[in-house]
Amino acid sequence: MATPTKYPTAPLKCWPKAKEIRQQYYKDYAEAHDRGGIRWSGGAWAFDAVPMGLGDDVHVMTGEPYAASIAWDRKFAQECQDATDAKGWARDLCSYMRIYWGSMYLNRFFFGGEFPKPDFYYQSQICCSHSKWDQEASLHEKVPYFCVDVCVGPYETLDESRLNYVVKQLHDSIAGMEKATGRKYDDEKLIAAVHNECRSTSLWAEICTLNKAVPAPLDEKTMFSLYVLATLQRSSKQVADYYEELRDEVKDRVARGIAAVPYERCRIITDTQPPWGFLKIYRYMEQFGVVSVGSVYTFGLEGIFAEQEDGSWGPRKTPQQLGIKIKTRDEALRVTADWNLSRPCWQHFYDPRIKTRMMLKMVKEWKINGVILHLNRGCEGLTLGSMENRLGLIEAGVPVMTYEGNMADEKEFDERRTTSRIESFMETLGLKQIPEAAVAHAA
Amino acid sequence: MIEQFKEWYVNRHAYARQWKERTGGKVIGTFCTYVPEEILVAANMLPARILGSHEPQDVTEPHIFGMFCPFCRDSLAQGLKGRFNYLDGVVLAHSCIHFRQTFNSWRIHLPVEFSYYIPMPNTVQTDHARPYHREEVEKFKKAIEEYIGRPLTDSDIDRGIASADRNRRLLRKAYEYRKLDNPPLTGEEAMFMATTSQFIDKEEHSDAVEATLNSFANRKLPRETGIRLMAVGSENDDAEFFKMVESVGSTVVIDEQCAGSRYFWNESTANGDRLARIANRYLDRPPCPVKDYPTHSRFQHVLNLAKDYRAQGAIIMQEKFCDPHEGDNPRLKKYLEENGIPTLSLEFDSTNPLGPFRIRVEAFLETIRGEELF
Repeated sequence: MATPTKYPTAPLKCWPKAKEIRQQYYKDYAEAHDRGGIRWSGGAWAFDAVPMGLGDDVHVMTGEPYAASIAWDRKFAQECQDATDAKGWARDLCSYMRIYWGSMYLNRFFFGGEFPKPDFYYQSQICCSHSKWDQEASLHEKVPYFCVDVCVGPYETLDESRLNYVVKQLHDSIAGMEKATGRKYDDEKLIAAVHNECRSTSLWAEICTLNKAVPAPLDEKTMFSLYVLATLQRSSKQVADYYEELRDEVKDRVARGIAAVPYERCRIITDTQPPWGFLKIYRYMEQFGVVSVGSVYTFGLEGIFAEQEDGSWGPRKTPQQLGIKIKTRDEALRVTADWNLSRPCWQHFYDPRIKTRMMLKMVKEWKINGVILHLNRGCEGLTLGSMENRLGLIEAGVPVMTYEGNMADEKEFDERRTTSRIESFMETLGLKQIPEAAVAHAA
Repeated sequence: MIEQFKEWYVNRHAYARQWKERTGGKVIGTFCTYVPEEILVAANMLPARILGSHEPQDVTEPHIFGMFCPFCRDSLAQGLKGRFNYLDGVVLAHSCIHFRQTFNSWRIHLPVEFSYYIPMPNTVQTDHARPYHREEVEKFKKAIEEYIGRPLTDSDIDRGIASADRNRRLLRKAYEYRKLDNPPLTGEEAMFMATTSQFIDKEEHSDAVEATLNSFANRKLPRETGIRLMAVGSENDDAEFFKMVESVGSTVVIDEQCAGSRYFWNESTANGDRLARIANRYLDRPPCPVKDYPTHSRFQHVLNLAKDYRAQGAIIMQEKFCDPHEGDNPRLKKYLEENGIPTLSLEFDSTNPLGPFRIRVEAFLETIRGEELF
């Protein structure tokens, strides 16, 4: 067998900075009270620009990335889940939630010290588990809970009445936060945060769009560590600025033909969170010359996309790019509500066909040869409709493989079985291991 | 007369087909219990709730992953097996993510003339839910008008409201009899009565409830009431389970489930705006845990029911994988126990292991009797 083309590769220059931002984020959260600041916790899908109006010393810790961090540490992850089980919660509940609760019940912070109690919880309600997560956490910590119901149907059917319902709740949440913290709300800070939120999430979509290039400048395993910054705090200037730097570097990689996977010859997309403790399955696929260029999850959990003038999928234009000046609190809340409601990862909550359409768009525009769906027992929300997605893709002639697992509970992931399935799928796609790639992997 | 409800429960599909033939009306499958049925009744339609069959099935595997609740899969199986092939339309009012899959797979693979999704608020406790949901009910009304090709008049809507409220009122009256020392109906019979109201013509069902109420004065069950129990939790219409529980020295005197009291508990309140009246009724009803935010308003209601009906214990019936209930139950259990109501938690599937369940129920009843002794 002839050795396939080997593309040049290079590490990302701005990679260490992403790590620094993440480390600083958890440190700031833990130390916020020492400096007289505010702490809030909630979901990565909460309207995180809104609490920013309380001041520059407001720090957040979103629950999902916190639990995903713990999932890497299998021992502590198990201890957390055991603590949650011991309180009587069902084992099949969201594994992020079980880990977060466990860390809270044990009063142990993964990054050292006691679990930092927030001043309030803030959440958007789209997923049954998300809503219960912060309801329970707020009761345990005895702090207020502000939840914003976003169940207004898919973005394509959004109208004034539906948007207003969300906006009015956002107004209420500000009043609640003022009361909970005793602080006066600053609309200018909100407006700045909304601009940053739109900028960072549009930039992330732009970065994902650059992955249409062959060879792909980024592989999904790397993207997991980059998209996470938007899940931490997409409304922060630091995150938006970082994505600008990353976008420029990825653009440069495309121009120079720098690949993420040296022997790229087959491009796939995946779905939902991966089993965090077993990301090596992505490295295993690389031995076959396979690069996963992303997923609706990696792209659209935080990236905000829109149809471009030529009909292709790309970044949604920010209010600033459209020349829209946000002047008031209400205008800012309307922008953030509309912006978030267009999030790709919220659409399948209403109809799996919308997600299938997105996947087919990715298959065409990102030049995809096959799709691997993770039937993720740890996340009901993102696994919702996966089987219908599978049928939709098969009907369109796209090769699909599924595997069962759990993003954060290793007891529900069978590594050997999964790699066997991957091997069979590779065979279906006509791929064999590339000896040079296997040697590199072993090294 | 009370046997009629069991007959309807068992032969629900034959009833719907006959109703269609008899009236020439449309039958609309409703998903969960938040669909504003008043609008369907106003349009002379038969709302028929989609429920499972409690039989093993394997037809849903390609459509819904096995980590989602057995109820949502069992319900879809009924459609895929053709048991609901008389439906003209399907409607879902936003509830849990599990059942939304049933609705979506249904509308993808079992096409009907009319399908509609109502994005009903989840945070029913916020005041903003009221004007918003009123508008959604109005949009639903318009969609129905478009489907049937004629406007629904005020008098049509009034008829829909009156019909739904009459049924709710009568079911509440029937449940009042369960407060008696010796209720004239078993929990199983009450379950048949309440569940059938979700797929039998409202007026016909109300007439049957009314006739049954008249018979209660002279009805005495040939059995001891035994321990008074409450059934609380996820959707459950497993008749065999209720029968088993009541065969070992107890009577289920009250429930807090969507197959039962949560469905009919409150009537609508007139406020000058018909659509607001309908919308508010669904926001004000005892909530499913999926809609109980930000506080657990449901817990107080459960406790009130337990006290009003003098329940000596509660069986928490947890549908496997049902996140909304799983997210409530540990705290609900603690709350009930702190307030003097012992609990037994059981996890339910489409088909249930009655033998092991029986042993656990008997042990639970013994514990309660033990407390009575000392």
